Formats: sequence, structure tokens, C-alpha cells
Amino acid sequence: MTHLALPSYRDQSPEVADRFARLKERPVILEVKGLTKTFDTSQGSVTALKDISFRTHQREFVCVIGPSGCGKSTLVRTLAGLEDYNSGEVLLDGKPVHGPGPDRGMVFQGYTLFPWRTVKKNVMFGLELAGRSRTAAEEEALQWIDLVGLTKFANSYPHQLSGGMKQRVAIARALANQPRILLMDEPFGALDAQTRAKMQGYLLEIWKNIDITIVFITHDLDEAIFLADRILVLKAHPGEVQELIEVPVPQPRSPSQFLSPEFLATKRRLEELIHPPGAETEEGINGDRLNMVRMVPVNAKVESVF
Amino acid sequence: MNKPWFAVRKELSSRRRTFLAVMSFVLPLLVWSLFSYVPFIWHPQVEIIEAGEVDYFRTGMLVDRAIFEQEKETMRAEGRELPTGTRTNPVYLPAPHQVATALYTAFTTEPQRRNEKWLHESLADSIQVIFWGFFLSSLIGVPLGILAGTYVAVSRLTEPFVEFFRYLPAPAFGALAVAILGIHDAPKIAIIFIGTFFQQVLVVANTTRKLDPALLEAAMTLGARNAGLLFKVVIPGIASDLYRDMRILLGWAWTYLIVAEMIGASSGITWFITQQARYKNFDNVFAAILIIGIIGLTTDLILAWLGRRLFPWQRTARA
Ligand SMILES: Nc1ncnc2c1ncn2[C@@H]1O[C@H](COP(=O)(O)OP(=O)(O)OP(=O)(O)O)[C@@H](O)[C@H]1O
Ligand SMILES: [Mg+2]
Repeated sequence: MTHLALPSYRDQSPEVADRFARLKERPVILEVKGLTKTFDTSQGSVTALKDISFRTHQREFVCVIGPSGCGKSTLVRTLAGLEDYNSGEVLLDGKPVHGPGPDRGMVFQGYTLFPWRTVKKNVMFGLELAGRSRTAAEEEALQWIDLVGLTKFANSYPHQLSGGMKQRVAIARALANQPRILLMDEPFGALDAQTRAKMQGYLLEIWKNIDITIVFITHDLDEAIFLADRILVLKAHPGEVQELIEVPVPQPRSPSQFLSPEFLATKRRLEELIHPPGAETEEGINGDRLNMVRMVPVNAKVESVF
Repeated sequence: MNKPWFAVRKELSSRRRTFLAVMSFVLPLLVWSLFSYVPFIWHPQVEIIEAGEVDYFRTGMLVDRAIFEQEKETMRAEGRELPTGTRTNPVYLPAPHQVATALYTAFTTEPQRRNEKWLHESLADSIQVIFWGFFLSSLIGVPLGILAGTYVAVSRLTEPFVEFFRYLPAPAFGALAVAILGIHDAPKIAIIFIGTFFQQVLVVANTTRKLDPALLEAAMTLGARNAGLLFKVVIPGIASDLYRDMRILLGWAWTYLIVAEMIGASSGITWFITQQARYKNFDNVFAAILIIGIIGLTTDLILAWLGRRLFPWQRTARA
């Protein structure tokens, strides 16, 4: 592999640099200041998040990436108000947030549609709580369902849908509340590669068409680069911000950019950050090799796989 | 086509399922018939046809086979007239056809004494007692169970005591219930209540706790809080499991019926059974037991069918 041909991930074309300059002038939607969170368990306390600070601007798409166990889920759950935190501040539109609320929508990795409600009723859930009349809620819900392309399934129950369809309903359900920010915790993690690629396309399409700021957790580097304006890279034990990368791949995105030099340069940088050379030996795994003994009998019909 | 009959957790075709369901009734019936109709299987007694010269034999009397043979030998030795008889089962095992007849006649025969009740009246009494006991228990037990499963505070406040109380056998409260509530239906209803209520609270609380917490979290991010969570997520979320619990608990309530009807002024189907057993009408006893079974099974089938309509989103509503 030759690295010579690749530019630095910091090199931005004038258009991209201009876009980032404008992006940073937009109003700040979410501001996180010195967020620290520890879990107290019977084995002692674990620092899941340490002094995390970042801000997201209106209609920005931020991806959070990091090795498993670095605290990504804890971070979004804290932002959503599902976990409390030890110190620091979470400000939404400049106001501190406490506890969960409809101003921060969330899509979970697991399927969390209400199984006793049809697709339409699932999407109507937040609207009913907000006190909309039945007909108004229904009408609005149908619009959101249409937006995610599931009009035909409006009266189906969740168990009749595929995984990708369920997540689309979950997105519609969260968006129907018109939240200030949409938090997504590896929402496509359980989907197969093809469905996943399609879902990424849908999500970008939705993001383009409505006023929504997105914080998206993933551990898939390609997914992060493809979707994000900026990528927040966390490192593990304790979970700290390692770098906030401005993705130099021009917008709007298309799958053809996966092999562009900017894309590859960004990917190389992420790989360096997340899988630093020598990291495995640090954790004590022996050169990443399995301790295998040959278990094929000598007279086996297929004696070697080569 | 040739799918195996035994495959772990694999569905059978609907024809096979029906076949097996029918067999589950036919097989016990077959065993019963074998014992009843094949003379050389069991039949430990002899029904006297002709008494011969045995002075204490009477036509129609049942005696043990050994005694019959012995008397026959004695008569033979003394050269007197031999008794005759056919092998038969004891009076407490009537044959299927006798029970089948009794199933019909039990409803058509007048009670033997004036103050006794017809079978259908006894049944109606029993069903009323069960209904009120179970209804009152559910009226308090279900909401309490749901609250205990939702709020830790309610759980800590109620469950330790409920846990203790459920080990106290309901029948032990019989005398107390009669002393307080008189001798009619009230103490019986109380026994059913005591037998059901404490289990019910714990079962419902556990079912409530089994609700996927991710659904509650999702609801909270959609703006639901306290009452909204309870009424829009917890209750609809557990409704189908709760329904299944209630079906099982209703079965338990029936088992307490037997004790409940023994206390105070005996009444209901249990009274009918005891009374018939006293008259040695075992065909009626079997008929009454069968009727309880039929009522139970029918109720359960109806409830299961209703459950599938009520909870169409339940893929595994089949039970
Ligand atoms: N409820 C909890 N109690 C105790 N420790 C917890 C709890 N939840 C998370 N942790 C710890 O906090 C750390 C971060 O966990 P978290 O689930 O946020 O990681 P993650 O980055 O989302 O991992 P993954 O990529 O595998 O989803 C881990 O070390 C985990 O053990
Ligand atoms: Mg996670």
C-alpha cells in the first residue's frame, strides 16, 4: 500500500473550507462542556466519559466514533437525558437539559417500536403526548411515514416489518416530534451491508430536506465518513475526545466518493486513531493470533484448504 | 411431506396438530374403556347374578373375587347350588357409557331431598362464587401488581407482606371467614379471594417488571413521563401477558372452589359431588367432575380465542 498518493485529511478544497467556515457561523444547537460520567459498580467505579466538550451547529451532521466500550452509547444516552452525569454541562439552545424530553429525539440500536401499535400509531405516539387532536396527529404521522417511504405499511404492526423498515419507522417516530436534535446510537448496526447502505442514503436524503441536527454513533469508519460533516473521535478508558475531524469529502455525498482521495485520507487517519499500531500488545492480546492446534486427521479427504 | 413428528420447537402442520389434540382426549378414554369393557383386565369383583345357596349373597351384590371363588368351592364341596356372577369393577369406577348417561340424567333427575339443589343450580352457585372471588381479587390485585412492578416504592411497601401472606394456606381462614362473614356465599368468596389475591399481586408485578426497559426509554425520549408512561406504555405493553396470567390464575381460583364450598353452609358443585358420593352414585360424581373440566376448558378456549382478537400484534398468541 502506498500512502504517497493520498493528501492529508486536513487538506480541504476551497469549497469545503468555505462550507465549514459558514457551518461554524450557524447557531449552536448543542453544547457539551466538560462532561464527566462515572458508573459505580460493585467492582469499583468506571469512568465512562471524561471531560468531553464539543458543540454542534444547526443542521450539522456529527458522527461519534471510537473503539468498543469507549463510552459512545453512554454519551448519547447522557445527551438524551437517560443517564445523569457527574459534572459538566449539556446545553441545548443555550439552556441546560435535565432528564429526557421530546426536544431530543433518539433512535436506538435495538428495535424499540411499540409492538402493540401499528406503524401509524407508533409515529403518532409523541404527537398524542404533545396534545394534538387525533385527526391532526394522524395526518401529521402519515406525512412522516410518507417521508420514510412506508405509506403502504402504515397499518402494519412492527413484527410484520423488516429490520430496516423498523428503523425507518423509528426515525419517523422521532422526527414527528420535531426535535431540535436527533440522537442515533448505531441505528443501522444490526442491518446487513446492503440494507445499511440504502438506509444511509435515506438518512442523508431526510437530513437534506428537513431542519434537523444529527448526532450519529457508529463504529463503522466508512459510515462515519460518508454521513458526517464532522467526526468526533473518542478513545477508550476513560472515554475522552481524541480529535474532532472535519471531513474533507465535498457535499452532497454519493457512494461514488468512497474511493476518492479525501475519503481514503480521512479513513487512514481514523484508522490510525482507532487502531493505533501496537495497541493490541498494550492490551495484552498476543500478536492478535489464535492459539490453534491442527485438528484435521492425517487421512482427511481434504487435507489442506489451499 | 415426510416431516419428522419430533423436531425441537418446530411447528407441526395443522392436520397433525388437530390429530394430536383429539388423541390427547382419545387416549385416556381408550385406557378407561379398556379397564371398563375388557373383562379380564382388572375387574377385581364379581356381581352376583344367582345367589345359589350362599345365604348372604343377593342378586346384584358386589363381592371380591376371592370370596366369591371361596364360597363357590364351599358350595361345590357340600353339593349345594352354586352361585353365579360376572366379573366387574368396583362401584367407584363406572364405565364410560354409564358416565355419559349420568351426564345427561344428572341434569334431569330431581334432587333426592327437598332442600337439595338441581345440578345446574349447584353449578350456577359455584360459578357465581368463582366469579365474585376472582373479580374482587383482580379489581385490587391487578392495579396493585402493576404499581408494584412500576414503582420500586410500592413494591417495597407491599411485596414483603404479600410474599409472607401467600404462604398462609387459604383454607386455614375458613373458620375465621365464616365467623366474620356468616355462612352463605360471602366466606366462600373470601376464600377464593385470599387464595388468588396474593399470588396475583406477585405474578402481575413480575409480568410488569418484564416489560422491555428500552420501550420505556424510547417513550421518555418521545416526551412521556409518569402517568403517560404508565398508561401509554406500561399497561398496553403488558396487556397481553397480563391476560395470559389471568387465564392461569382463573384456573387456580377453581382449585380453591373445592375448599371454599366445604365451609359454612355447603353448596355448589362440590356439595353435589360429596352428596352423590355418599349415595354411591359414582357415575354422577364422574359426570360432575367432567362438567367442571368441560366448563374450565371451554372458558379457557374462549379466552384464548378472545385473546387473539384483542392482541393481534402478538405473533405468539397461540397457547
Ligand atoms: N450501566 C452501566 N453500569 C456500569 N458500567 C457501565 C454501564 N454502562 C456502560 N458501562 C461502562 O461504560 C463504558 C462505556 O460503555 P458504552 O456502552 O457507552 O460503550 P460503547 O462505546 O457504546 O461500546 P459499543 O461500541 O460496544 O457499543 C464501558 O466500559 C462499560 O463497561
Ligand atoms: Mg454502544
